[in-house]
Amino acid sequence: MIEVKNVSKSFGDRPIVKDFSFVFERGKANLIIGESGTGKSVLTKCMVGLVEVDRGEVLYDGQDFVKMNYEQRKLIRKEIGMLFQGGALFDSMTVEENVMFPLSMFTEMPESEKRDRAHFCLKRVNLPNAAKLYPAEISGGMKKRVAIARAISLQPKYLFCDEPNSGLDPRTSILIDELIMEITLEYQITTVVITHDMNSVLEIGDKIAFLHNGEKWWEGNRKEILTSDNKELSDFVYATKFLREFRDRLRT
Amino acid sequence: MKLLFHIGRYFMLMHRTLRRPEKWSIYRRQIFREIDVIGIGSLGIVAIISVFMGAVITIQSAFGFESPWIPLYAVGVATRDSIILEFSPTIVSLILAGKVGSSIASEIGNMRVSEQIDALEVMGINSAGYLILPKIIASVFILPFLVIISMFLGHFGGYVFGVVTGVVTSYEFVYGIQYEFHPFNVYYALVKIACFAFIIPSVSAYQGYYTKGGSLEVGAASIRAVVYSIIVVLLFNFIVTQLLLA
Repeated sequence: MIEVKNVSKSFGDRPIVKDFSFVFERGKANLIIGESGTGKSVLTKCMVGLVEVDRGEVLYDGQDFVKMNYEQRKLIRKEIGMLFQGGALFDSMTVEENVMFPLSMFTEMPESEKRDRAHFCLKRVNLPNAAKLYPAEISGGMKKRVAIARAISLQPKYLFCDEPNSGLDPRTSILIDELIMEITLEYQITTVVITHDMNSVLEIGDKIAFLHNGEKWWEGNRKEILTSDNKELSDFVYATKFLREFRDRLRT
Repeated sequence: MKLLFHIGRYFMLMHRTLRRPEKWSIYRRQIFREIDVIGIGSLGIVAIISVFMGAVITIQSAFGFESPWIPLYAVGVATRDSIILEFSPTIVSLILAGKVGSSIASEIGNMRVSEQIDALEVMGINSAGYLILPKIIASVFILPFLVIISMFLGHFGGYVFGVVTGVVTSYEFVYGIQYEFHPFNVYYALVKIACFAFIIPSVSAYQGYYTKGGSLEVGAASIRAVVYSIIVVLLFNFIVTQLLLA
């Protein structure tokens, strides 16, 4: 479980995240949603320590990450897997080497065991035949799946996904969502997903925080989001013509 | 103020870079890779430039010493001292600042803008150490060898082109390069190259590491890496020369 308490972050005199509090539960897909530029990515970077918070606490199973020194943070970070927007795979390594990298860095496993683990993870994300390819040789969807395989190779307790569906076609998006959900349930991970994709929200949103102008405007789940009377949330949820028509049908 | 900010941030980056590595076996592999890229990959250009620069120095020296009062072996002396004191350590470093510096800045800058550095940090890996330390170690290890090779090839180029063009005889050139040879000059050259071998990858990596934006900024960081590496190399050339020769 990750508990965020009153986190604020400003760049200069421009506030980005304002007094954000939320509990990210274990074994659930916890979503942070909101329009572009509302501070979702900054909030996630604050949570993993890529950006320092100005104020507030980030508790990983009760331990305050903000107050930790570099070495203490390293121990927590070994339990974090993160899927970046573009995959962030290492260009100079093959897919297999990318997945093996955290194992090589943090375990004393023999080479064969690391390779077996990498192949298991790649199989888990339905990419059993991509091991010898380089990131430049695979598609955007495959890159995201390799990034998931790398993220789960050390069996993390916390998984962060920064816009896992961006730039993907609807079918691949659904596959990625399903994969994130399966992994979350299977390994009982605390999963944090940043997205503004409504399909994902309705598909996997066990717990949702809606961010507007850096503030938490609403929280609930995927069932509640469709019937909320919060104006800003409604404007966000029903931004597309298709969903507006869907809402009108529900009402009639 | 901006200069002070960059100097401060550079030293903070170096402090992180020189932290104890997470796993030496991984770093060792990276160091060998960097030795190949920085050292072996630069051997061709260093060899070509050294041979021709040696030739030009010899011919220019012979041209300048066209006097019955100056013995012909002075051409060998001038060639030797020019190559050992300045050409091999400094000019080769300036060339490598262009070749190696831009490649380091663009590699690390590209990793920054594609979030690969963030990925390393989130994994709990000291990204500065993992990316920069092997380059510095490889550079400090291999550049002195490159400079020694450059010295030999510079003398070889001077000898061959000097004799073939007839500006100096074989005997006088060989006598000249042995005449009053001070081994301290080689030591001075190696101290200089050790400093430059630290400066080139570290200044270039600094430029790449703090790149913000996209591919345009990566290009700009590469250019800055070359320019600042050259400026700092020239500055330290003066400082080391003042300290060791003055």
